[in-house]
This record gives sequence, C-alpha cells and structure tokens, in this order.
Amino acid sequence: MKVFRDLFRDYRFAVSFCVLCALLIFACLSFFAPYDPTLWHVVPRDLRPSRAHLLGTDSNGQDIFWTASFAVRNSVIVALIAGVVSRIIAVLFGMIAGYKGGNTDRVLMFISDSLLVIPLFLIIVLMAMLVRASMNLVTLGLLLALFGWAWDARVIRSLILSLRTREFTETAILSGARTLPLVLNEYMPYAMPLVFSTLINNMAWAIGLEMTLAILGLTNVLIPTLGTMLYWAINYHAILLGRWWWVLTPVVLSVLLFVALYWMSVSVSEYLDPRTRVQRVGAE
Amino acid sequence: MVKTTFMGEWPILNTEPPILRTEGLKAFYVLDVHGVQKVVKAVNEVDLNIRENEVYGIAGESGCGKTTLLKALYGAIEPPLRLMGGTVYYRVPGEEIDVFMLSAEEKRRLRWEYIAYIPQGSMSVLNPVTKLKETYQDFISSHVTGKTRADAFKIAAGHMAELGLPRKLLDAYPHQLSGGMRQRVTIALAALLKPRIMIADEPTTALDVVVQRGVVQLLRDIQQRLGNTIILVTHDMGVQANIADRVAIMYAGKIIEEATTEEIFGNPLHPYTRYLIQSLPKFGDKTARTSAPGSPPSLMDLPSGCPFHLRCPDTLETCIEQMPPLVAVASSHRVACWLARER
Amino acid sequence: MDKLIEVDQLTKVFTLGSIISRIRITATDHVSFYIKPAEIFALAGESGCGKTTAARMILGFEEPTSGTILHEGRAVEYAKNKKGRGTQDIQAIFQDPFKTFNPLRTVDRYFFETVQNYKLAGSDGEAIKLISDKLNAVGLSYEEFAGKYPSEFSGGQLQRISIARALLTNPTLLIADEPVSMVDASLRMSIVNLFKKLKEEFNVSVLYITHDLATAYYMSDRIAIMFRVNIVEMGPVERVLMDPKHPYTKLLRESIPEADPKRRWSGAVKLSDVEYEEYLRQGCRFAGRCPQVMERCRGEIPDEVYVDQVLVKCHLYSGTEETLDRKVS
Repeated sequence: MKVFRDLFRDYRFAVSFCVLCALLIFACLSFFAPYDPTLWHVVPRDLRPSRAHLLGTDSNGQDIFWTASFAVRNSVIVALIAGVVSRIIAVLFGMIAGYKGGNTDRVLMFISDSLLVIPLFLIIVLMAMLVRASMNLVTLGLLLALFGWAWDARVIRSLILSLRTREFTETAILSGARTLPLVLNEYMPYAMPLVFSTLINNMAWAIGLEMTLAILGLTNVLIPTLGTMLYWAINYHAILLGRWWWVLTPVVLSVLLFVALYWMSVSVSEYLDPRTRVQRVGAE
Repeated sequence: MVKTTFMGEWPILNTEPPILRTEGLKAFYVLDVHGVQKVVKAVNEVDLNIRENEVYGIAGESGCGKTTLLKALYGAIEPPLRLMGGTVYYRVPGEEIDVFMLSAEEKRRLRWEYIAYIPQGSMSVLNPVTKLKETYQDFISSHVTGKTRADAFKIAAGHMAELGLPRKLLDAYPHQLSGGMRQRVTIALAALLKPRIMIADEPTTALDVVVQRGVVQLLRDIQQRLGNTIILVTHDMGVQANIADRVAIMYAGKIIEEATTEEIFGNPLHPYTRYLIQSLPKFGDKTARTSAPGSPPSLMDLPSGCPFHLRCPDTLETCIEQMPPLVAVASSHRVACWLARER
Repeated sequence: MDKLIEVDQLTKVFTLGSIISRIRITATDHVSFYIKPAEIFALAGESGCGKTTAARMILGFEEPTSGTILHEGRAVEYAKNKKGRGTQDIQAIFQDPFKTFNPLRTVDRYFFETVQNYKLAGSDGEAIKLISDKLNAVGLSYEEFAGKYPSEFSGGQLQRISIARALLTNPTLLIADEPVSMVDASLRMSIVNLFKKLKEEFNVSVLYITHDLATAYYMSDRIAIMFRVNIVEMGPVERVLMDPKHPYTKLLRESIPEADPKRRWSGAVKLSDVEYEEYLRQGCRFAGRCPQVMERCRGEIPDEVYVDQVLVKCHLYSGTEETLDRKVS
C-alpha cells in the first residue's frame, strides 16, 4: 500500500493510473452490451452521436460505443497475453543463461540474438498471413509473445550475471542452498521490478503491433479490437465521408491507452531506480 | 592547570593568519526518501584554522562526514548537499575571500591553481581513453596560456622527473597502471600548477602498504617542495602519524579534537580519540586491545548532546543534554568534551 | 602432528580470452601450507599475491589447476557441477558485510536456510535456540536481529552476524577474507578479539587472509607471507614479524605506518614501476626491488629453506639449512 502512496506522488503515475482504470471500466461495460459485436446491421448505419447511440454508429450497422468497449477489452487481452507470456519466456531464458553460463548461455543467447537482428515485422506479417484462418485473440497474443521477449531476456541475463558474482551468492552456497532455490530466493527480488516495468512497455508494444497488423488486414477483422475498428473505418473511407466519430473513437482510445501505459512505465521504472529519485530531489 | 577558554578566544600560537578558515560551517544533505524529508547532518558547526605550510590531517571513520567537509572546503556544494550556514575563507595574497560568495567563473579560476582536490578513487580524474601525455597537455594548455603542445610535453616530463615518476608513464593509458601508480600520477597532476592548498581524500586507502608508503612519500615530497598546505583525509591513524603536522578527529559531523600530531598520539583527551589510538595493535605488544562499545550514530538520527555519549565510558549528565564546544585546553590542543574541561 | 587442513603444491592458472588469443594468468604457484586444529593461521600479502584465490580453492569456489587439498587427511575433490562445496566443516566470512547478505532479503532467512539445508534442528523452536546461541557467542541477541534487513545494521554488527551464520554448522575451520578491513576503525578490534575468543572457546581454526600485518600479528599463531603468487616466508608469527628474514617481509614490515609520530618512515621506498613485469620475472620475483639482490636471484628460483624454524624462500639463506627434511617444523 505504501508503494502505491509513494507512486501516487508522481503526477504521471496518478494520471495514467486513473486513465487506465477508466479504460478498464469502459472495457468491462462490454459484458453488459446490448448488442452482439459479431453481428452486423443491428442498428441503423452511419448515425451521428446522439442520445440513443452515444458515439454514433458505423457503416457496418454497429453501435460504436459498444463496439469500442469490446475493442478495448480485446486489445488489452491480447496485450496481456503477449506481455505475460513473453515475460515468462524472458525470465526463464535470462535466468538460465545467466546462472548456468557456458554452452547453455551461448545457445540461449544465440536464439534471442537471432530474434533481435532479423526483420521482426516482416516475419510477424508472414506468420500472421499463414495462421490468419485460425487467428483468434489467444493465438494473436501468443504470436506477439513469441517475438517480444528477446531484449528483456538479455537484460535479465546481464542482471543475473552481475548478481552471480556478488558475495551473497556465495553466502547462499555456504548456507547449503541448491541451484533452484538459490536463483529464486536470491535473484527474483531483483528481477521482479524489471519484469513489472517491462511488462507495461511490452503491452504498449503489443497493442501497437496488433493495430498495425489489423490495419493491414492481417488479423481476424471480425473480432473487434482497436486495430480492426480502424481497419473498417479506413475500408469505408470514413475520413473522406466525414464520419469523424467512427475514426476518432479508436484513435482517441488508443492514444489514451498508449500515453497511460507509457507514463506508467516511466514512472514505475523511475521509482524503482533510486538514482533518478535522488536526481528528482536535487532538481527542486 | 589547564587553561580553559571558549571558542574564538583561544590563543593563536602562529601569528600568521590561516590560509583556510571556516566559521560555523554547516552542510547538510536534504533528501526526499519516499516523500519523507530526511536531513543528514554531515558537517555540523565546524571551525577550522588551517595554516600555510602544514599537513593538516582529518581522521574519522566512514560516514562521519569527512568527504562532505572536504567538498565544502573546496566550495563544491551541490544538491542534495546544501550549505546551511557558516563560511569558508581562503586567504589569497592581500585579502581573505569568502568562497561561497564567488561566482562559478571565479571558483573555476581558483581551482587547480590555488586549491587542488584529489578525490577518492583516482580514476575519475584521469581520462580513461587518452594517454597520460594528452591529459597532461590538455591540462597545461587550458591553465597556462601561450604554451605549445611541445612545451607542455616538456613541462609534463620535467614535472614527472622531479617527482621521481618514470617518464615512460606519459605514454601509458590510465588502465595500464597499477592503482598505486595511478594515484601517484593523479597527485602529481594536482601539484603541477603549484597550488597553495591541496586536498586529498583517502589517497592511501585500498593500496598495499608498500605502495601506501610511496604515496605518502610523494605527498610529503610535494609539500616540502612547494611549501604549501595539504589537507589529508584518511581513517588510517598510522598514515596520519607519519605525515600530518596537526590532526583533527571528526566524529558524527563535528571536529571533536584537534592538536599537533605528537599531542594527539601522546596525550589524547577525548575518549573517542583514546579508543581510536589505544585500540591500534602494535608490533611486539600482544596485550589485549579493546575498541569502543556500540557503533557510530547515523548522521540522520543523532543522539542528543554529545554524539559520543552513548558509547562513552564516563558519561556525565551534561553530556546527554548539551554538545560540548570545541575549546582550547593547551596552546595547540582543542577538544570538545565536558570531561576534559572538568579535569 | 595432526593437521586440520593441508594444502600441497596448489597451483591455479586462469585462462582468459577467446580461442585465438589466450592469456594465462598464474594466481597461485605451488603454494603449500597447513593449519592445525584450534589455530589462527594468517595468509598475508598485497593485493594480487594469490591469497584470496588460495582461500577460494579451499572453499571449492575455484578448481585447482594442480595440487591437492587434504581436509583431515582426506583429499577434497572439486565438484564441477556444484559450485562451492557447501560443507559444514569449512565456512567463510567475507570482507564487506553489506555484500555478504542480499540487501533485498532479511538476514535471518540465511540462518533458517542454513539450519534447514544442513538439517541442524528438528523443530522451529530448536532452530531459534541454535540461532540465538550462536548470536550470543558473537555478542548479539536474537531479538535485535530477527526480521531485519542488512541495511538496518551497522557494519560491525553485520560482520558479527556473518560470523554467527558461519558458526551455525559448528565448523572446524573458518576462512575469513579481510574480515575487518571494511569495519570502522573504532569497532575493528572487537571483531579481531572475537576470532581469538572463538579459537579459545570453540576450538575453531581460522584462516585469516589479510594485508594488515598489525592485526595478523595481534591475533594469529602462525603466518605465511605471500608475494606475487608464492609464499616467501612462513612460520610462527613472533619470529616472522619481529625478526623477518626475507627482504620482502622486511620491506613490508617497515612500510606499515606505525601510529607513533616519533617513529616516522625514513628513507625512500622503491616501488615497482610496472607491476606485471614482476609477475613475469624469471627467478625470484622480488629481485627487481631487492636491496640485497645477487646475480643468481635473477635467473634461479630460490629453494625453500628453514632458518630458525621459519621457512624462507630466498637465495640469501640457501646453504644455511638446519635440516634437509623440509617437512619438519
């Protein structure tokens, strides 16, 4: 609780936390939606925002307010799956490579370095095209997770490498600790803050990539996400036809989501790094 | 017997005015730890009178505020360190100047030429990616006008030879040197412009004993050659005994005793100083030594009165309530202890 | 004579770099010594002399390149897969108490883990009893220790805690690597005295690794002086430090600043200009700085000879051996 109080002193955290909460509540509204998001032509097409349809309707005959709430929910789900799964891979790879060293380290880091240097976007596009038929939220999340861990695995590995030579590792060995308890007890407390702050970053990255894929029509466009909403809006030339409410809704929502995640990640990582904390004091 | 006079009126043995003087110097770190303001009283009411042509040693254990005191003496007070009061005066020919009233430009001009600072860990002074030659040349050309690079090289080589350092070092990179050699090169660099005051922060710490001796030898050599003042901070009482003319003992941000080296080692008055000196093991004497009980207080949370009273063997009631002032008990011996005044 | 631990011809060579450009660095070169039960043995020398590497090999943190380590007469093997031996009989105390413990964990966790891993107690109550016994032995109480993080202790307290943890398994040998060099001057002697007390009360042997000859003189029974990966002089501490034989020991002994302004250093000291040259030197590695250097010092490695019950590795004393059987002492 104390952590929260401290974090709230940073206006960036306070703002981003409130925005994220609001977006999550908005996403939760989708459970009470009067319309099925997969059905088209359930409402009159292309209506301006009004009391009956708060954010208007689109050319597919869907209510934008409710579609958007599904879209936020689905985008966050994809991002969470991508973020959490890629964190697990990063921690496993980083810790094993860092602690074991030698050939294990070389093989694992070869894999992660390969992922870092290949043109990631093209590969993702290619894979998305291959599995498009069976694409749903989970497979999309896993696809993004598969490509989002390499850098953080490297960071965790270097963290473990530096911790491994610290004397408390030897104290733990002299205390009779075996490898697995040693790594979990001694190193996880150091890795957790890093995992948490990169999780936020990674989620923002996943949301962005999902939108890019969706706009290119490479995901299942029948599932409403922030990306697919934009896909349909562009497909129907909503901008040319002056249906601003249709374009603006996903754009504003995604900007809010990005800024909130970004601020939160900056604020949390600054909080976790005592050096920047002192600088902030000094600058007053 | 012992003449007791209060601060400020103690008899000045040396009629010459001090080259560096502080008055009620107070410098605290003001930190914001999770939104709670914490004040670290690193330098608390320090009065120093450091004379020309002497080695002034400041001794104390880690976390007693030694390094912060040096920063303040050098006029380098930067956040989170804040000046809370008091002044530092330098005596330049003809006048006495208040360091904290100087502009950044004026301070910059004094540095290296009038006062030089050798920080702990010599690596930070030497540029790791250039040869020492370049460092020397840059240093000379930025401080001495009208010198070509060839001249600068000659000055550097001459300077090294004078101090007995091998000339081939100029062609080396800092990382190629051992820690002791690096330390000596840094000291030599600091002495290049013949500063009147040299401040050295733990110059012998983490060096091997033989190398330590070489560094002390170099410092003493420079001091004798230039006839200037060296302010030497080290926790090693052996080094203090070997080089210092006068020694000040610092404890919890305050100077608690100051005397000539012979006095400090021969007749320590403050109980803390006594513990410090008597606990040192000596060769040929295996009698049991004891160190002061308890541990040094945190500068964030000082006890009332005398900061040593919790560890002191004969605490008086006054000690718990009031901080004793630093008073002269002999012509060149000042001590901050109620007991010393009782005697 | 029974020896608790005996190190024979211990050599460690580190290889650095890639396959193409290998650099070989010798850390210890045929180092031999032994420690008796209930004895404080000091291994003293400057940084880079190999004293820490020797200790790490005994602890099993490094694999010896050659040579043997006998623990109570049995050879100790290096286990490649299991870093560190983690034996109950040999425990260690490190230089910086704040680095000994993980700053993000409470200190008592290490105590309970030690008890659990070595099955030293049957119940929680027994564990607490054992832990508070050991803490009392170092002058602390369980109450002032439980549930605290390392940063909540002072350096001196934490070093005592580190010693208490090492004592949990009732070791016969404590390896203490510069245990007082990071401890505040006013508390240093209390830790040094603690080692003497442990030796007397618990019959623990201590391998005291240090660069500080003054504390080594004060607390140890025997001492070995190392210089550039070799032992150059070894014997009872009174003899070695009060009447040094090897020119290097003499230099070391003279260079210790004494806390007596009446006895300042006189004369200049000759330092090695470039250190690595000394490591590469053929023959005696001190030859470049030795005031009594002879022609043969530069070419020949001196033999170990016994003079006055003290082992000396110097040409000055060759031919003056008391006995041909060097193992006798």
